[in-house]
Parts: sequence; C-alpha cells; structure tokens
Amino acid sequence: MKTEYRFNFLFTFAPKLSKAIFMQFITRVCLLAIMILANSWLGLAKSEGDKDDQGHGGKVNTEEEVEAYIDHHLDDSHYFNLFSDGETGEHFGIPLPVIIYDFDNGLHFFSSSKFHHGEDLVEIDGQHYKLYHSKIYKTDAEGTITYDEEGFVENEKPLDFSITKNLIGMILASVLLLWMFTSLAKSYKKGQIPTGFGRALEPLVIYVRDDIAKPNIGPKYKKYMSFLLTVFFFIWILNLLGMTPLGFNVTGNIAVTFALALVTFIIVQFSGNKDYWKHIFWMPGVPIPMKIVLMPIEILGMFTKPFALMIRLFANMTAGHVVIMSLLGLIVIMQNWIAGPAFFGFTIMISVIELLVAFLQAYIFTLLSALYIGMAVEEHDDHGDDVPVV
Amino acid sequence: MEIPVMVGAGLVIIGAGIGLGKIGGAAMEAIARQPEATGKIQTAMIIIAALLEGVAFAALFAV
Repeated sequence: MKTEYRFNFLFTFAPKLSKAIFMQFITRVCLLAIMILANSWLGLAKSEGDKDDQGHGGKVNTEEEVEAYIDHHLDDSHYFNLFSDGETGEHFGIPLPVIIYDFDNGLHFFSSSKFHHGEDLVEIDGQHYKLYHSKIYKTDAEGTITYDEEGFVENEKPLDFSITKNLIGMILASVLLLWMFTSLAKSYKKGQIPTGFGRALEPLVIYVRDDIAKPNIGPKYKKYMSFLLTVFFFIWILNLLGMTPLGFNVTGNIAVTFALALVTFIIVQFSGNKDYWKHIFWMPGVPIPMKIVLMPIEILGMFTKPFALMIRLFANMTAGHVVIMSLLGLIVIMQNWIAGPAFFGFTIMISVIELLVAFLQAYIFTLLSALYIGMAVEEHDDHGDDVPVV
Repeated sequence: MEIPVMVGAGLVIIGAGIGLGKIGGAAMEAIARQPEATGKIQTAMIIIAALLEGVAFAALFAV
C-alpha cells in the first residue's frame, strides 16, 4: 500500500484515472510527439528541397501535382508503375505489351516502353502514335494533339487491344480464383470437409447460396449459382486488389463494370419466362390505358437496372480511391505538424471502411443480380397480395 | 452555370442522407423489436440503401 501511495501524486489532477489508463495516455502522447516531430522534420526537408529545386510557390504546384497523380491513378495505364522517383522523374515498373489495330495500317504489337511515358512518338510504317493521358492517338510527325471547341481531343484513335494494367489485374484475379476454387473442389473428393484454405471459402460459398441465391431466386437457384459465385468473388478480389499498394483500380473503371452489368442484363433477359415478358409489355391486372402507360416505363426499367448496377460499383470504388488519395495528398499540400499525423490517421480509418465497402459492393452486386434474375424466373399463378413490388 | 448544378447535387445528396438515415433508423428499431428477423431486415435495408445510393450517384455525376 505504501509503495503505491508514493505514485498517487500522479493522479491528484484526475483521481478517477486508473494507473493503466494513465500509462496508456502517456504512451500515446509520446507516440504522437514522435510522429509530429518526425513529420515536421520530413516536411521541412521536403519544403527545403522544393526551394532548392524551383523558385515558384510550392503550394499551388503541389495541389496540381496531387490532382494529376489522382487522375492518373484512376485511369487505366499501359505501364505497370510500381514507384517513381519524384526528383529525377524516373519510373520503376514493368512496361506492358501494346496491341493496336489501325484500319489504314494493320495490326501492331510492341512494348509500351517505346512511348517513354508519353514523351516519345512511336513510328510504324510511316504512321505516328502518341500516348496522351493514358490513351493512344494517331498524330503527325511532330506529335501534335488538336482539340475541338469543348476541349476534347480530335485526333484519330487506333483500336487498342493492349494488355493494360487493368487487364493484368483481371488476369491476376482470375488466376487467384482458379487456384483457390480448384483446391476447394479437389478437397471435396477426399471427404466431406474441405482442407486448407478451402475451409475459409466454404462458408462464403454457402453464404452466397443460402443468403443471396435461395431467398431471391427461389427453387431454380442452382442454374445461376456459378454466375453469382463467380461475380461475387471476382468483384471482391478486384476490390481488395485495389487496396494493395500495387495501385489497381479495376472495379473503379466504368468499362469493367459495364461488362459485368452487361452479363447480368443478358442473363436476366435470357432467363425471363412468359410472365416476365407479359409484365413488361402488357401488365396484367390494370386497366388498358394504364397498360399503355406502363409499357415504356417497364421497357426503360429493363435497362436502368443493369445501368444502376454499373454506376453503383464504379462510383463506389472510384469514390473510395479518390477519398484515400485526397487525404494522403492533403499531407503533402499542408506540410505541417498537425495535418500529417491527423490525415495519416484518417487515411487508415477510411482504408478500414474501404475494406468493408469492398465486401459490401461485391455483396450488393451479387444480391441485386440475384434479385433481377429472381424477378425474371418467378412463376405467377394468381395475383394476390404477394405480388413483388420492386 | 456551374454553381446551380452543384447546389442541386448537394440538395439531392442531403435528401439521400435523410433517406438513408430513415432506413437505418427503421431497421434498427425493427431489429430491436424482433432480433430473430435480423438477417431478413438487413437484406431489405441494404437493397433499399443501394437503390437510394444510385440516386445520389446520379446526382454526383450530373456535376
């Protein structure tokens, strides 16, 4: 008792604080102080470097740089950039193969390192190609890019079948899926219980079956399980790949989500039964003028559903990437003692939320696909009170 | 003409926020009343939230 008494002076200003909480508080203050000191030192070093390099005001310049960096990250790329040296402007990464088809010039295959990150033109059989904002354009020998009145590029574009960074991401996800699920399938041959990594996957597969497919599609769910499982795990893995430092932004690309939504659209239209089409073109149970009014609305509804699927996934993932990168960019823009650790903390918080969103968006895409399929295959015997409203 | 579009988008997002709040609140109340129906309530909640989110994103893209 006496030895403890000696330390009691520490708690006189806050008698209810227990010793443990107090120690925790001290550790946190120390950690914060170290972080602030380290950050201010780094910030100082950075601003000194800026002053040495160029004379112009650092702030506006960095804001523009951050914006350009985010824009570049959101775009698909012909070069797999791992990291760049800001001072020398060197990029470290893997150049990816470029495959272009030009109606005048034919099919061509070369490495994207020939573009030197957009600085050089590539000349093939007298035609010049330029990489401009992650897209390939046909130019003259000087590489001039012309714009129309609204600021869009007027130059002709060859058909681009290149193996881009997004495609690499999708191939990686497919290989991962194949590897994970063949091992799961193989382990069922040995016995009822999966072994190894399959034990982590089995509950997810059952979750998709019991909570997504069965309640929304009904008795015919088995036919659609392969699609739902594929789309769920494909989107989830791609979303998670976006959280790695490799810098993928595959599901945040509208072309990718368009293709995914298109598959759902096709499946829904092809599995639609007689009742589904009847409800679109000649809604039963309503007066004839109403049938005529409802027909265009229902036809529009056929297209808005997959359209919403496309926009939802794209916007959610893009928004997540933009928020994380903007918060990180604010550290560089503000360069002071408090903003650094604070925005670092925010970034971690948002990243954790993004992990949840990565799962949630895969779940919602699968769930809504199942719902739309369910609406298309549902059998109607009579029109009682249990007509689905959605 | 830039500013009115942004104000409209802001209004839509405020509306979506109110809507999401109502959905979330109602779902919480429903779960508190009938904890055994949690799964069904959550699914319904997420579907409606996802549909509402689509409206909010449509507004964002109008900017």
